[in-house]
Amino acid sequence: MASTQALCTSFKKEILTGTHNLINDTIKVALYSNTATLGSTTTEYTPSEEITNTGTYVATGSIIAFEAPNNTGTSVFVGPASSATLTWTGITAPSIQSCLVYNSTKANKAISIHTFTNQNITAGSFTITFPVNDSTTGLIRLD
Amino acid sequence: MIITTTQGDIEEHLLEKRTGSCDSPTDTAHWIEYWKDGELVHRSVHLIIKELPAVAGDTTSFS
Repeated sequence: MASTQALCTSFKKEILTGTHNLINDTIKVALYSNTATLGSTTTEYTPSEEITNTGTYVATGSIIAFEAPNNTGTSVFVGPASSATLTWTGITAPSIQSCLVYNSTKANKAISIHTFTNQNITAGSFTITFPVNDSTTGLIRLD
Repeated sequence: MIITTTQGDIEEHLLEKRTGSCDSPTDTAHWIEYWKDGELVHRSVHLIIKELPAVAGDTTSFS
């Protein structure tokens, strides 16, 4: 099995109770192998099936900054700055298949899982570029 | 240019370079590979994530 792309159900509930402040809280991105089973029911960061410490990647992943929420008409969106990137170098990992975006300030509560084609990195770098932060492709959008 | 590989740092001209891209519903990936004597010794990837579905919110009406 592998992870399934999703905006976590627990996150949808938590935004209705004001749990998350995506601008002031520390948001992190962790990488997982193709044996992870993250999905809509994921509620928090887990070290299970996270890729092992390699190169500049260390357990729990890396921080990504979110821009302030914005809107276009009635569509509200929030996410990392358009085309923001995270890069890890000197990595050897045979099967990176997903990443978990989570709030490390709020007990590592899960936000979203993003899956991608299985990636083999060999003594190299792995760079993730996030979508353009607008009402069409922003990481989190409320229509 | 020096390339970091599984066999240490090697001059790029001593390696066979391959590049490629792959597009899927979830992402677009661009990769660079270096091979030495038929063995993959370096692979780097640049992944561009595509968007998640939006959370749709519709208000109900009162009558």
